[in-house]
Amino acid sequence: MSRKFTAEHEWIEPTDANTATVGITVHAQDALGDVVYVDLPEVGSHHDQGAVAGVVESVKAAADLYMPVSGTVIEVNEALRADPALANRDPLAEGWFFKVKLDDASQLDALMDATAYEALTAK
Amino acid sequence: MTAASDSAPAPATPSPVEPQRTPLHGLHQRLGGKIVPFAGWALPVSYPQGQVAEHRHARTAAALFDVSHMGQVRLDGPGFKAIATALEALLPADVLGLAVGKQRYSQFTTAEAGVVDDLMIARPPEGALGGVLGSVFLVVNASNADTDLALLRAGLPAGITATRLHDRALLALQGPEAVAALARVAPGAADTLNALRFMEGAGVELAGAACWVVRSGYTGEDGVEISVPADQAVALAEALLADAAVQPAGLGARDTLRLEAGLCLHGHELDVSITPIEAGLAWSIPKVRRAGGARAGGYPGAAVVEAQLREGPARRRVGLLAQERVPVRDGAALHDAAGRPVGRVCSGTLSPGVAQPIAMAYVEAACAAEGSTLFAQVRGRGVPVTVSALPFVPHRYRRA
Repeated sequence: MSRKFTAEHEWIEPTDANTATVGITVHAQDALGDVVYVDLPEVGSHHDQGAVAGVVESVKAAADLYMPVSGTVIEVNEALRADPALANRDPLAEGWFFKVKLDDASQLDALMDATAYEALTAK
Repeated sequence: MTAASDSAPAPATPSPVEPQRTPLHGLHQRLGGKIVPFAGWALPVSYPQGQVAEHRHARTAAALFDVSHMGQVRLDGPGFKAIATALEALLPADVLGLAVGKQRYSQFTTAEAGVVDDLMIARPPEGALGGVLGSVFLVVNASNADTDLALLRAGLPAGITATRLHDRALLALQGPEAVAALARVAPGAADTLNALRFMEGAGVELAGAACWVVRSGYTGEDGVEISVPADQAVALAEALLADAAVQPAGLGARDTLRLEAGLCLHGHELDVSITPIEAGLAWSIPKVRRAGGARAGGYPGAAVVEAQLREGPARRRVGLLAQERVPVRDGAALHDAAGRPVGRVCSGTLSPGVAQPIAMAYVEAACAAEGSTLFAQVRGRGVPVTVSALPFVPHRYRRA
């Protein structure tokens, strides 16, 4: 299954049947400007879909990170903590934020695919 | 992901009307500027090179800012002396003592000594630019320009007029290479430009346009602010951008630069509830306007200012350096080690120059000593911050 997107400008990509990686989109990092700080969730913490799981800060603003699906955080990107600008340079790969164990993989089905997300950001 | 707060630039004044465009609007679009509403104007917050790169360029070379949203106001009347005397009834500066070609910084005050706006006051040479700048020329903040004009019209006697110049743009060229770059663009004006010291101005021809150039700015760097006819602003900006040292910079970099330089932004460090003394601007109130001076007081709120000069204000503007990487932003409450609220942050960012979070805040005078540790409330936890001297980055004005 391919990468999915949310209206909050996050992406989530399944890594196997019940885990996925979460990050922010190219559009999100562009809107934020230079990212200087990330507040990542605790490994082992559980969050419901839509809950605030972290914060990303640029020189000009702070933005909340929402859980695209319900689940438990199993890993966070320590490289991003050390070098927050990764979120600008490579938001869809090296600049990932955290990995989750999914409560319910079917929640992914309701999210946008790349085409639908592009249509949203083109508005 | 949604913006939870936006501390730079300051939030735009909500306005049902379409934001106004500066004469450089098309140029900003061609340069790939990210246009945002600010104080009723559409202005670039950054360009493709990004806010941090733009900030660094202003510290190392020359950055070009469009500040045409600022209000340019000419004062006219029966001679400089009459106008200066009238203006001194509205603010605590020494306007009468302003030499030809000089500029000063001051604040319009309320009866309680709150700051209505901060502004620049210049005395252009007689007949400079054919007299378009008036006998006294003011530059005021965009968001307060209407308030300032109303204040001037109500407070100036009959026969002295205040007129906003809508047909002029304002450019700021800032950085260690700013004046050299400007001299390359206008070789004929090089001697005049090189002779200018901080807060001195001259009428010069730049790229064929009759400009008023003052050696001043809002970054802490050497540089100039250029008032140029609106219809010639694009040509001048393009000529400057063609110089290898010059890059465009947006409002985002302007804000982080002024924060590092410890300079006040009205709406953050200054407003009608804050006095110039609390804001650390006593340096802008000269002896002649203080108790015992030849023209002491006589402006709104003078008694409050005098009392605070005598006794010290109850709260002060201070710098803060965060002891962690997390940015501490506008609005964050400050507590002491005992958990007692002692103040509030008015601006904050992660400084591109200092590479750590910096902020300015108002704190109780007892907590304002350099080196004091306070705790800024960020998302429910106390981030330790150290009270620090301002500016964070030394000013490099050309004073001598």
